Order: sequence, then structure tokens, then C-alpha cells
Amino acid sequence: MKRYSVFAIAREAMRQHSGWDKAWASPEPKTHYDVVIVGAGGHGLATAYYLGKNFGITNVAIIEKGWLGGGNTGRNTTIIRSNYLQDPSAAIYEKARSLYETLSQDLNYNVMFSPRGVMMLAQTEHEIRGYKRTAMANALQGVETRFITPAEVKRIVPIMNIDGPRYPVLGALWQPRGGTARHDAVAWGYARACSAMGMHVIQNCEVIGVESVGGQVSAVATTKGTIGCTKLGIVVAGHSGHLANMAGFRLPVESVALQAMVSEPIKPAMDCVVMANTVHGYMSQSDKGEMVIGGGADHFNNYTQRGSWMHIEETVRALIETFPMLSRLKMLRQWGGIVDMTGDRSPIISKTPLGNTFINCGWGTGGFKAIPGSGWAMAELMAKGASPLAEEFSMYRFREGRFIDESVAAGVAH
Amino acid sequence: MLLLTCPCCGVTAEETEFANGGEAHLKRFGPGSSDADYEAYMFNRKNPRGVHFERWRHAYGCGKWFLMARDTMTLEVYGAYPAQTTEPPAEIVAKIKARRPEWEGYK
Repeated sequence: MKRYSVFAIAREAMRQHSGWDKAWASPEPKTHYDVVIVGAGGHGLATAYYLGKNFGITNVAIIEKGWLGGGNTGRNTTIIRSNYLQDPSAAIYEKARSLYETLSQDLNYNVMFSPRGVMMLAQTEHEIRGYKRTAMANALQGVETRFITPAEVKRIVPIMNIDGPRYPVLGALWQPRGGTARHDAVAWGYARACSAMGMHVIQNCEVIGVESVGGQVSAVATTKGTIGCTKLGIVVAGHSGHLANMAGFRLPVESVALQAMVSEPIKPAMDCVVMANTVHGYMSQSDKGEMVIGGGADHFNNYTQRGSWMHIEETVRALIETFPMLSRLKMLRQWGGIVDMTGDRSPIISKTPLGNTFINCGWGTGGFKAIPGSGWAMAELMAKGASPLAEEFSMYRFREGRFIDESVAAGVAH
Repeated sequence: MLLLTCPCCGVTAEETEFANGGEAHLKRFGPGSSDADYEAYMFNRKNPRGVHFERWRHAYGCGKWFLMARDTMTLEVYGAYPAQTTEPPAEIVAKIKARRPEWEGYK
């Protein structure tokens, strides 16, 4: 891999940019790997990357049904924050957020991490109490957040109407080092780094079965033939239930559609991320000037990557009172992704009933922010059989009643 | 946007008039059952990619619960039937098999 640098740009400028390599190789699959990761989204690629970087395991294939980063990694609203209430969540999300800070340097690929601040609006008395509690919990967890007044909210986001008759802004939970990153670049950067370590990123290769011998995984059957593996990692977000079915177990997960949309591009109007959880909408402005807007998930099982129109209406309606200027904006496009929801709205990073098979799923509506931390923990779990960051996120916590309840604590909108 | 017909009152309406109640035909395991059975009943779901049997309630209509067979890949509704059943009626199963020959069946 040739390093990207200012000198590389200068060198290529001298020769009509004829010397740029492909960012990653597209090899044909071998017959056996030490580790096969199913799913070349952010979490799968990050898992592979930290397997190589932290544990020296590089005989790895990452196989992907479609194209790299074409699932939820390319469909989210790119928000990064770690202001969670429960200790295990705060630990893994803060690990992820701190890794994002230096990810561009680490990968030698600009992921455009922008710690522009994440503001979660308190629009009811209950939210004020909830967010003050979260701010105090975060102080104990070492996550920098604070509760700010409506006046500070207005100073940071002048376009906001804080006196809305139905949902006035009563304060906010402010995480100054939260922000956004370029989601495609995160997948591309990890893929390039994995490829440089000699790992195989295999696209357009769908897994159609999981084979086992004596209760241990032995291979995956794919549309490009059978690929043997010593260890298997399943990191397929919305399709986790489908893969778990192939591996012979069930998950406490249901898949639903979550939508997002962007407006036409406008001049810079808002330089942080705002989340309004009572009315259920969240918004930031992309570098291109589009307002990036997300809302709630659909309520029924769905694998179609498109959601119901009423959720678009609900989300936009909710935001217009708080951001009156939005009412004159045209929406440019809308899309959906399939998210895997657990009962307690916390993820699963776990061993499974099938030997040497590991699963990383259940990130629900908020997986993007966790990519580096999730990969870090999953790699440690796969390499060593245990990980302090992943310990509490076992899939068996439901049997044991050890929920990590973020459905209320995180205010649902991730 | 789904358009659903309530088998209880016969009204056809948009999905906003209905509330989804999750997977149908779950067998309840309560106090005294094993941890594994209770976990499976409470949390573990089929979550199928394809034919799905689920509970719905006509929340902003007649208020009644009913069951429905729907495809999670195409959003096609195969049919609705009363909530007082323990497994899908034969005519709905036959209809699904006609539409989706590769379907492996309810179990």
C-alpha cells in the first residue's frame, strides 16, 4: 500500500495522477482462512482490522453479499456520540469515539471526523431530569458532557426556535467532542488497511449456509464456493437473524426499517448535531450543505430497505416547530436501512451456541458511532475468547436478566 | 405504507390505523418454566426473511386483535385471520405455498 500524503499528491500531480493504486485488492477466495468475517460493513471491517493490528491475525477473509459499506454503513446519519447512561454502553461508545479522534491518522485515510458537538434537546420536564442524570453518570464514566441552558442552546444553534408553544427547548445535554464523520470513508479506510495487511475483502459473495463438524464451525457455503474457516464472525446487522438461522440458533433480535433523508444543499446554517428525542427527529448539516435528517424506526418486521411514508412526515413535522426555516426546504432524497433491534436496545457482541462462532449485532438504530469500539471488542473476543468491553453484551444476558437498558436512557433516537 | 384489512370489522385502512404486536403463535412460558424456555418465549424470535406470521391490532378502529401472514421481503399480505387460533389456517398456508413454492413451511 502506498501511503497517502501531501507528497503523494504532489508526485501524482506531476504525472497526471497515473500512479494511484486501487485502494484495496479484489482477490478470489482461498479454500481456508483462520478467520472469516461475514459482512464488510463498518463493524465487520473494523473487527478484521483490529484482529490484524492488535493480535497479528491476518489470514482473514471479509465476505460481503453486496458491495463494501453498502448496507447500514452507507445509510446512517453519521452521528458520533457516547453520552449513554449505563456503564457498559458508555465504555464501549466512548472507546469508539476516542478511536474516531485519531482514526484518519491510524488508517492513513481521511474519515473526516468532525467533533462539532452533539446536542440532545430537553423538551419536557422529564427530559431535563433524565439528561441531568446522564450528565452526572457521564462525569463518573469519564465521558465529557454537560447540561446547558436554553440561552446556551440558542447561542450554539441560532436557527433554533426555543420558545415553541408545544415543545419549548428547556435545556440540552451537550457533548462537545461528539460529532460526525464521513461514513463511506470509514468503511473504505478500514478496507484499505485490511487489504494492506494481506486480508481478503471479497465482495458480491453471499453466504448461503454455515457448515459445522462436532459443534464447531468448519466452513461457510457461499455463492463463490465453500470457504473453510477456523473461526467465524457474523457481523451482518439487519440480516443477523437470517445468518443465525443458518448457524442453528435464534437471536433476541428483530429487523425493522429505519429511514433517513437529506434536504437540498443550503449555505452553512448549523455547525453541530441536534437530536430532539421527545418529538423524535435528529439533524445535522453535511459538508455539502444538505440537512441530514433522521427519525424513528418502523414498528413491524421488514427487510425491504424502504420504510413507511408516515415516518418521513412525522419526523419533518416534529422538526419544523423547532427549526421553522426547514418548512421552506425541499427534501432531496430519502432511503432506508434494515436495523436489528434487541429488547433492551443494546448491542450483542458474543460467543454463540455454535463453537468458534461469534456474533456482533443488535446495534439497532445507532451502530455507526460504535464502529471502532465494536471492532476493537469483537476482535479481542475472537482472538482471546473474552473481552472486557464486550463482556456485558453477551447474547445470554437476556436469559440471565442482566439487561443494559438504553431504550429509555438513550432516549431511543440513536 | 401497508394497506391492511381488518378481519374483525372488514375495514381497509392505512397502517397508521393499526398497531403491530410482534410474532404470532408464541407459546407462553411463565413462572416455573426453565430459563431457556422463558428466554425463548420472551426474547428470541424467528425474525424471518420472507413469510412472517404476526399479531396486529386495529388500534384506531374496532380495537380488536387479529393475526396476519405477511412477507417481510416484499411486504405482500397473504391474509388475515382471527386471533383465537394456535397455528395458521390451512387455506392461508396453501395460498402462501402457491405464491412462494420455496417456502419451508410454518414450523
